[in-house]
Amino acid sequence: MKGTKQFRRWLTLLLWIVILAAIIAAPFVLPVFRLNLLGRYLSLAIVALGVDLIWGYTGLLSLGQGIFFALGGYCAAMYLQLNSASELPNGIPEFFGLYGVKNLPFFWEPFNSPLFTTIAIWLLPGVVAAMLGFLVFRNRIKGVYFSILTQAALLVFFNFFNGQQKLINGTNGLKTDVTQLFGQMVGSPSMQRCFFWLTALLVILAWLFSRWIVRDRFGHVLVGIRDDEPRLRFTGYNPTLFKTIIFAIAGGLAGISGALYTVQSGIVSPQFMTVPFSIEMVIWVAVGGRGTLLGAIIGAVFINYAKSLVSEALPASWMFIQGGLFILVVTALPEGVLGWLQSEGPRNLLSRLGIARPISTYPSLEIDGKKEINL
Amino acid sequence: MTLPLLELRHVSVSFDGFYALTDLNLNLELGELRAVIGPNGAGKTTFLDVITGKVKPTRGDVIFKGNSLLGLREHRIARLGIGRKFQSPRVFENLNVYENLALAVSQPKKPWQLLIGGLNGFQRDRIDHLLNIVNLHSRSGFLAGSLSHGQKQWLEIAMLVGQDPDLLLVDEPVAGLTDEETELTADLLKSLAGDHTVLVIDHDMEFIRRLDSPVTVLHQGNVLCEGAMESIQKDPRVIEVYLGRPEEESL
Amino acid sequence: MELILECLFNGVAIGSVLLVAALGLAIVFGLMGVINLAHGELMMLGAYSTYVTQLIFKLPALKPFYNAYVIVALVVAFIVSAVVGILLERSVIRRLYGSPLETLLATWGVSLILQQFVRSVPLAYGAGLVLSLLVGFISPFLLPQKLLEGSRGRLVRAASWAFSALVGVLGAGGLGSLVSRLGRASARNVDVTAPSWMRGGIDLWGVTFPIPRLVIIVITFIAVLGITWFLNRSVWGMRIRAVTQNRSMSDCLGISTERVDVLTFGIGSGLAGVAGVAVSLLGSVGPNVGASYIVGCFMVVVLGGVGNLLGTVLASFSIGIMTDLIGAGRLLSIWPDMPTPLASAVDFFATTSMARVLVFALIVVFLQFRPAGLFPQKGRMVEA
Repeated sequence: MKGTKQFRRWLTLLLWIVILAAIIAAPFVLPVFRLNLLGRYLSLAIVALGVDLIWGYTGLLSLGQGIFFALGGYCAAMYLQLNSASELPNGIPEFFGLYGVKNLPFFWEPFNSPLFTTIAIWLLPGVVAAMLGFLVFRNRIKGVYFSILTQAALLVFFNFFNGQQKLINGTNGLKTDVTQLFGQMVGSPSMQRCFFWLTALLVILAWLFSRWIVRDRFGHVLVGIRDDEPRLRFTGYNPTLFKTIIFAIAGGLAGISGALYTVQSGIVSPQFMTVPFSIEMVIWVAVGGRGTLLGAIIGAVFINYAKSLVSEALPASWMFIQGGLFILVVTALPEGVLGWLQSEGPRNLLSRLGIARPISTYPSLEIDGKKEINL
Repeated sequence: MTLPLLELRHVSVSFDGFYALTDLNLNLELGELRAVIGPNGAGKTTFLDVITGKVKPTRGDVIFKGNSLLGLREHRIARLGIGRKFQSPRVFENLNVYENLALAVSQPKKPWQLLIGGLNGFQRDRIDHLLNIVNLHSRSGFLAGSLSHGQKQWLEIAMLVGQDPDLLLVDEPVAGLTDEETELTADLLKSLAGDHTVLVIDHDMEFIRRLDSPVTVLHQGNVLCEGAMESIQKDPRVIEVYLGRPEEESL
Repeated sequence: MELILECLFNGVAIGSVLLVAALGLAIVFGLMGVINLAHGELMMLGAYSTYVTQLIFKLPALKPFYNAYVIVALVVAFIVSAVVGILLERSVIRRLYGSPLETLLATWGVSLILQQFVRSVPLAYGAGLVLSLLVGFISPFLLPQKLLEGSRGRLVRAASWAFSALVGVLGAGGLGSLVSRLGRASARNVDVTAPSWMRGGIDLWGVTFPIPRLVIIVITFIAVLGITWFLNRSVWGMRIRAVTQNRSMSDCLGISTERVDVLTFGIGSGLAGVAGVAVSLLGSVGPNVGASYIVGCFMVVVLGGVGNLLGTVLASFSIGIMTDLIGAGRLLSIWPDMPTPLASAVDFFATTSMARVLVFALIVVFLQFRPAGLFPQKGRMVEA
């Protein structure tokens, strides 16, 4: 027993070293274009972690994570735009000139501060999520109603950002690749390399954070909400509070993810808040394995990479493949790839690698013989 | 005379004009074990729903330890010290037995406290103790969903006790259990009375008889009569209610 | 007066498009508890059916009847969407009853496939596919029952499907050669030209009522009446309601619940096709035409209360009128001298997209007070 435990510890350590080495080495090995793609997909893994927390663990299928993703992106982009606008006439970002806006709208002001921006990137989406969640959960709206309402909320935000040229450049979005940060251009290869490392680091931190949330009683309460909410209520827990908190956390993660994605893709626009994109996030988690945090990360990176490869080769076929994936994963593979691996044959190997949580199964033999209650 | 632990005053519940409970009055004394029986549709489950806050009474009041429970949400009522066991066993099937009990004994049940720090020694002892009582010690690492029906019933009772409520509401605890298990459950509930106040709802007359407690008969949303099992069985009204539809007792 | 009339008409017009689109959804969601995100794509198929029908009616042989093509298109669209819907129910949704979130995801996948299908497959092939499905679904009912029994039955079924496939291939080929435009795949939007009698408008009381809008209102009206009659008065309608209320009991009473599922889903999908005809009269038809309606439809169903047709009707008209009131900034013309801050607020929301923002926000606020919509389902069964 002790031997295998020690072996596992070594293996875990080895795995970490390999991962860290890969992260550090990637920018020097991969071409700039591929590195940029990988960085973007890694940042999407963070929003996928959030989706996994609320859907995989808590059973709330949000189709509106794009709101929080985009909000994070806008926060980052607003700071970057302001940061590089000082030498421009009026001292405000260029696009305002197109619409004859002379003064910076009031809500832009705080984004002059890097500290405020760093906090707003996760706090603002988190707070919006908390408010939205509280309104919905308070009325015990759940299941598909929750999904529909989050989708409607997504549409509200999309229309708002899309329609407000004078405030936020409307449908054109905010560009970040030609903006300045620390005196360097955000789109430059060296900055992109830093962003890649930052993303990788934040993915690991977000994973550790999510693991901390789900591994003990808080996580068990979430599972309880998913499986039997009334039971939990009669046990003395307030599901509304827990749901609001976890929805806010998922929103915050989405915000961070959106900010990282924005700086690596060079633009944030209302396209981040379209309906398909938010549902896509769910399929990453579903394919990877809902209720397994690593599944969410692997699913996000893998599906997006597959998407870019397929789209390069056969542009028309990706929609078919994606549609098929939705149907397949729901009907044939409800636990996702990782969940399937956990419950099937290769489980032992994986749990030894520390990826999967070993699941105890029910042995058919009666191990404690005669049933009795010890008074 | 001491204050009753729980008091239902003129409680009526109407679903779209259909009265599930009509002007129900009931008192539970501290430490009492009480059985509630009644034919199908007598309002037994609605009666529990009203106490635990799942259903709001159309009229009347529910007083627990001298305070009204009206308008409180379910989890508040649970925290005041009322635990409920559902008709069919409801445990968290994707958590293991130990985790189920850990959720029940955790105090306070606030998010932050659950995130930082684990169970304290006292709570761990309590879980051990409960596992012993319901004989699930050897199963503590197993998913609750993998337990047998009877074991789930017992796990849910253990969770209920783990909440440390003053009042336990137990809805059909022996449905689907073997005779032997039924007897053991009756003994368990009897042993809980005294420290706790226990209210048991069931159809199974053998089981009720074994509880050896005062019985309240509900019929059409109202208390038909109260008393010891022997006198109840001789009551002509009870006989009429049951014999009118004799097949229901066997359900 | 004219202003109010115009406002009311526009509101009802917007509302009736919403209503006819949401009607099928309300049936499928309300009666079966199925969230069908591909509903918009079934509408899209209905719109394309209109387009195909119109092209066929442009053929010399049918040219004299061109003015009547809309009526034929309604039938064709109903059948096409119903057939695709039934295929969807049989193949995917049936496996997912009781798990609405999974259904939601699977039907989203279906909607992606359908969208890409009309982009990359020639419409004639699509029509052929639907045709063969239709023949395949119907033929077991036309053949004598005896033939379908026993070991011979399997062979007969296979033969009938082979025959259907043949019909489909012939149909596709024929359509493709007759109307060359249908033989090529195109991702571009297409336009349905209205017949001459549908152009222009009717002037009444100083207000112009565009005829396509009136036609849509009439279609909606007939659809609502028809479906109300069907559900409440016909035998199959009664069976549908019985299965909704108690599935296992209906099974015991000898109702074939599987058939009821197929029928319910087929009718809901068929109504989406009818909605597609309506939508095609308003603007150009493209692969995304349905997607823009789907969220609005769901809001109608949620606002109206699930499983309540009256609620669906009221909800669509109130959303329609609200959208028009806000989107066209009508409050300003009704009350020209309102205080400036209010006026600028009204002005701020006076675009189609901002009106949507406000209407959805208002719905969410409304749900705070009535979480189950205008007409909630009542009783103790709700939470069971």
